[in-house]
Amino acid sequence: MRLELRGITKTFGSVAANSAIDLTVEPGEIHCLLGENGAGKSTLMNILYGLLTPDSGQIVVDGQTREFTSPGDAIKAGIGMVHQHFMLVPVFTVAENLVLGNEESRGGPLGWLDRRKAKADVKEVSARYGLPVDPEALIEDLPVGVQQRVEIVKALMRDAEVLILDEPTAVLTPQETEELFTVMRGLKAAGKSVVFITHKLNEVRAIADRITVIRRGAVVGSAEPTASARELASLMVGRDVRLVVEKEPREPGEVALSVRGLKVTDDRGFLAVDDVSFDLHAGEVLGVAGVQGNGQTELVEALTGLRAATGSAELFGRQLVGASPRAVLRQGLGHVPEDRQHDGLVPDFSIAENLVLDQFDNKPFGGLLTLDLDAIAKNGADRLAEFDIRAESERTPAGALSGGNQQKVVVARALQRDPSLLIASQPTRGVDVGAMEFIHKRIVEQRDAGKPVLIVSTELDEITALSDRIAVMYRGKIVGIVPPDTSNEELGLLMAGGSGDEAEASLEAEAVEPVAEAVAEPDIEAEAVEPVVESETPAETGQPAAEETPAADQSSESADE
Amino acid sequence: MAVATIAAAPTAIAGGTEADTRRYTAGATQIIMGLVMLLGFGLGTRTAHGASTTFGMTLVSKQGTHVPDWVFPARPVIVALAVVVVLLGAARLAVQLPRRWRLIGTSVVLFCFTFAFMAWSAADPKGGERLILPSVLDSMVIAAVPLVLGALGGVVGERSGVVNVAIEGQLLFGGFMTALVGTATHSLWIGVIAGVLAGALMGLLLAVLAIRYLIEQVVLGVVLNLLALGVTGFLFKSLMQTNQNSYNNLTPFTTVRIPGLASIWVIGPVAFDQPLIVYIAVFLVMLVHLGLFHTRWGLRTRAVGEHPAAADTVGVKVLRLRYRNVMLGGAFAGLGGAWLVGNVGNFTENMTNGKGFIALAAVIFGRWSPFGALAAAALFGFTDALASQTSSLQLPIPSDLLTTLPYVATLFAVAGLIGRVRAPAADGKPYIKG
Amino acid sequence: MSDRLKRILAGIGSANTVTVTVLAFVLSVVIGGVLMILSDQHLLSQWGYFFQHPTDALSGSWDKVANGYTAMFHGAVYDPHAKQALRPIENTVVDATPLVFAGLAVALPFRAGLFNIGGQSQLIIGAVCATWVGFTVSAPMPLHVLLVVIAGMIGGALVGGLTGLLKARFGAHEVISSIMLNNIALGVLAWLIKTKAFHDPNRQDAISKPVKDTALLPAIHGSSPELNFSTVLAILAVLLVWWVMSRSTLGFRLRALGSNPDAARTAGISVSRNQVYAMLLAGALMGLVAVTQISGTLSASHAMTTTLDNGIGFTGITVALLGRGKPVGVALAALLFGALDAGGVAMEAATTPTVPHDVVTVVQAVIVVFVAAPKLVQEIFRLRDVRRGDIKGSGTGAAPSVAPATAVDSAAEAV
Repeated sequence: MRLELRGITKTFGSVAANSAIDLTVEPGEIHCLLGENGAGKSTLMNILYGLLTPDSGQIVVDGQTREFTSPGDAIKAGIGMVHQHFMLVPVFTVAENLVLGNEESRGGPLGWLDRRKAKADVKEVSARYGLPVDPEALIEDLPVGVQQRVEIVKALMRDAEVLILDEPTAVLTPQETEELFTVMRGLKAAGKSVVFITHKLNEVRAIADRITVIRRGAVVGSAEPTASARELASLMVGRDVRLVVEKEPREPGEVALSVRGLKVTDDRGFLAVDDVSFDLHAGEVLGVAGVQGNGQTELVEALTGLRAATGSAELFGRQLVGASPRAVLRQGLGHVPEDRQHDGLVPDFSIAENLVLDQFDNKPFGGLLTLDLDAIAKNGADRLAEFDIRAESERTPAGALSGGNQQKVVVARALQRDPSLLIASQPTRGVDVGAMEFIHKRIVEQRDAGKPVLIVSTELDEITALSDRIAVMYRGKIVGIVPPDTSNEELGLLMAGGSGDEAEASLEAEAVEPVAEAVAEPDIEAEAVEPVVESETPAETGQPAAEETPAADQSSESADE
Repeated sequence: MAVATIAAAPTAIAGGTEADTRRYTAGATQIIMGLVMLLGFGLGTRTAHGASTTFGMTLVSKQGTHVPDWVFPARPVIVALAVVVVLLGAARLAVQLPRRWRLIGTSVVLFCFTFAFMAWSAADPKGGERLILPSVLDSMVIAAVPLVLGALGGVVGERSGVVNVAIEGQLLFGGFMTALVGTATHSLWIGVIAGVLAGALMGLLLAVLAIRYLIEQVVLGVVLNLLALGVTGFLFKSLMQTNQNSYNNLTPFTTVRIPGLASIWVIGPVAFDQPLIVYIAVFLVMLVHLGLFHTRWGLRTRAVGEHPAAADTVGVKVLRLRYRNVMLGGAFAGLGGAWLVGNVGNFTENMTNGKGFIALAAVIFGRWSPFGALAAAALFGFTDALASQTSSLQLPIPSDLLTTLPYVATLFAVAGLIGRVRAPAADGKPYIKG
Repeated sequence: MSDRLKRILAGIGSANTVTVTVLAFVLSVVIGGVLMILSDQHLLSQWGYFFQHPTDALSGSWDKVANGYTAMFHGAVYDPHAKQALRPIENTVVDATPLVFAGLAVALPFRAGLFNIGGQSQLIIGAVCATWVGFTVSAPMPLHVLLVVIAGMIGGALVGGLTGLLKARFGAHEVISSIMLNNIALGVLAWLIKTKAFHDPNRQDAISKPVKDTALLPAIHGSSPELNFSTVLAILAVLLVWWVMSRSTLGFRLRALGSNPDAARTAGISVSRNQVYAMLLAGALMGLVAVTQISGTLSASHAMTTTLDNGIGFTGITVALLGRGKPVGVALAALLFGALDAGGVAMEAATTPTVPHDVVTVVQAVIVVFVAAPKLVQEIFRLRDVRRGDIKGSGTGAAPSVAPATAVDSAAEAV
């Protein structure tokens, strides 16, 4: 099936999400749609899938103009979509999810479900494409990778000829990503086309037959998969970008935060942080790397008092485990939560109120009973200027700010209290390059001022640029603490749990220090930290690895929804 | 293929502190119930002096074979039942039983407790007091019908993601229109149809305001109840009170005796000699159950209530289905209102008196399932019936407090002490495309 | 025309808060009028021959509706024929007073993301405590009143706090547990009234002993014995709630967790504790309604009956909605509803054939529906969208309802 998009335009208010986009997907090709978050990729695909109606433009399938007013129309035309957030009903079985909307019924006015046939159909399709799924399993019990497979089967069961995959690798380990690529190649061999949406350059180069780059709602060019990552990146963001964080080498000070045998369970009762131990020194940035969902969130929640834990985490000798969030904050914690919308900001509150959200009952902002509105307002105005928060005034509600400015508010709140410990999760998620540089600079300032800093990020380049040491988490364990000049390949292997013989071998061979040892013998650890004199990112030193990792890769996973 | 799982690092620890807590609570509760039975009922003053219990077994109001009274010594029977309950409670406390056995155990405990209570309340040394069992059951049926129908309306709406706090208003308006139209047309059954349509109309109003105009659904339900109360109260006073005969005077339902079945010992007259709507209600429960879990409509309804976006992406018309279901739910509740009026023959102001809210409790207590709602409604109806039937027996437990038992039970249920109840994930959340 | 004037006119023509509220009122009055016409058999027969004599039906309907609303106005605001021309407005204030407490009792937890549908139970238990103190305790006049007020507040707060606790500790959804508590309280009340401790031995019906004269709220001035001290309490309550919500640290916490409980928790604000505080305060406010019902001058018996709550717990919800969750807004909404109530009673007495005061309930419900659905009003009157930035979330083009986000999706998540 040959799919063409001609002159697709869609505006939201005064913002053009898509302007006159042309795109052709040939049968049997893997077509990559590359663009930063917010570039308009998802809007385009939602139009193609009938979830949004374009203001103008045409969708042409095999030479025929089609109009999609609902996903049903798109499905009939042979288009399937795997959404970034899976469109599966968690309490349904795989089979129920797969037949939903396309039910085989045995007649009757209501339509009696034919479960046996549904199961048989699922088995048949999953066998045909080599995508094993258990039709009886409940979706909520399945791991993410398998849920994604169910989504692909769902599209195939509806005879999709063109399969759209929206940021499918965001939640996958490198190994799972490889498996997905194998599946994609299999689909291609079966004559299907795949539209692969991503902002990750190395994935594009690994799998694409053709690449279309979108920036600010418009097609800015196409490229061959042989193009260098640097070329692709500059197409995508429109200028040469490098992630550079100016950072002087610095001797770490005394141990500030000492974590021993920390165990944390997640919402479902599973052990999300499994016996984690590490030390964080004053004047040091410790970066926690890992694929999303390997216990980083729970680790931070335990350290900030938001989640119950066992084991020990002492900040300058005071126990954090078992303390309330308030008690931890009283000890001087500055916390940039992972998801500013969800945990960081009160949208109805003004910027000024948000800035004192964790200190409104401390002097000078308030006391036991009353608030000092003047002090709160003055602080708001001061921070607005200091952090270059773009807003009409400090009275503007935080919900009305752009993502980057919201993030600045959250960061400003954490830093204004001169924290004894700074914990920042995804500190630059979804912010523009300028704001990113600014936030990075402020984080390094904290470190230079002798403060202990814990950074959690799923973006490897951010971690390597900021950290003095990198702790890699996999399945709730810290599988290694390595220096920041460790190559991305090695980090990637660690993030995948070092699975596979190669990885094991390289882990043994390289100077990756096992954590247990580091904890048991602090001297060795200190030594291991010392060689960290790397003051620039690989990008600046011009190592080949740099090309793999332009800054654009760092942007958020969330803003593109 | 070794697909690594990321989100679920599945090293489940301990695996069930919550299950343990629940086991302890349930076991302890059952033992306490047993002790109450033993000390309060079995060994209390009411059962002293060789008191005997007399259960009447014939429903005088309906034809059927006369069954002699059932007389037995109160104390030994109650004490025996108490021992059974204590033992079951201890067993529950000691071991983690499989779900099936837990359910059976709880049912037996509830039955023993109820029976002991009835035996105690009808115990009398002189043998003069009696409790007519079929009469209790008959009142239960009558009280349960509007609750079942209201709850069914709630289930259908909430399964597709629209919270229905307006059941009360739907019952009330349905009842009002039944009386008005039924009297005007001199036909109770045309009135019933009008009541059903009126309920559906209230459902449509709820659906439009909740789905199209996005009013918060609980708030909306409360306001619609107020609206129904105002409109029916106003028209009742201005039309019906002044002119009862032309607006509010119906011949009540007559019972439909099912030959053969109605002659079954004790149960027959209660279960198979009732007005047609009783059978319709039970039939609807079965129909909705089959519909929800075995048809395309049900699969789509549940999908829309759990994850509307997922349903939308596979071509299910989310909003249309919600409109239909909320209207259907309103129609069920309207039938419940018709029952209230048709049972007595006329409408009175605020005659639902909170039954819609009890139906809502039945939805939750019954875990959003039709049979669950039926069971909950039966339980609520039974307590109600027991309270009214024992009120003449001069019990030391006031019947007013007895009627609150179902609410206390529901309160425990929503507090998670009797197992967690999980609402449809998208219940009460408007679906906005894009 | 000056720019300023242009802006004001443009503002009126758009779907802003004030315009929507005013138009909602107009629509509800129209619907109330239609109901009046429908309820009159004579008028209906006139409409039956509308095409022969249209004037009969039109003028008859106009008279009916105009008479009804005029009577209402006379009963609620100003009656030129009465000896005390301002007496109606005093009636309005008296009727509005309990609604102020009830509205605040819903509005305050609303801002904290909680939906207080349990006013009935809080009111009832508050009344039980207040009445008990009222007829058992012997104390001089001002002290006794104070004790009754405190008892009522404590009683209400206990039930409210229990709801909050069930939510905070067990995750029981407050809407469902409130509905259960309402029914439990009704049962408890029905039982208590018959007990020896409470039942009035001089009466055959279900009514409690009356409170002593020393427990009655003192009247404010002699000419209008009904206007009593509870109105002063209501004004104080409005000021206090305003202060708490906008100037105190507690209000900061409550507003934060109403808007985003996760962010509040992350910033060290205890969600569960503050939910309990919000419900405690709400219950205490409902307890004040109970005090006005028992010790106020409106009820002749000064005793508990099974219908003492009189639906005020639910009316409080509509008052809070109309007042958009703000204390002053609640006071104004309560005044409007109080006027409707007072006017409704007067209308019922003054019209022939009688127009039952239940039309007031309809008008109240309809106003709230329209206020909660500004988009609907906007469509009916073809108003322009609000200017960007006027009201947050103007995507729908009109003012959002007052419910904070968490209250909005609260109905189901936790039950």
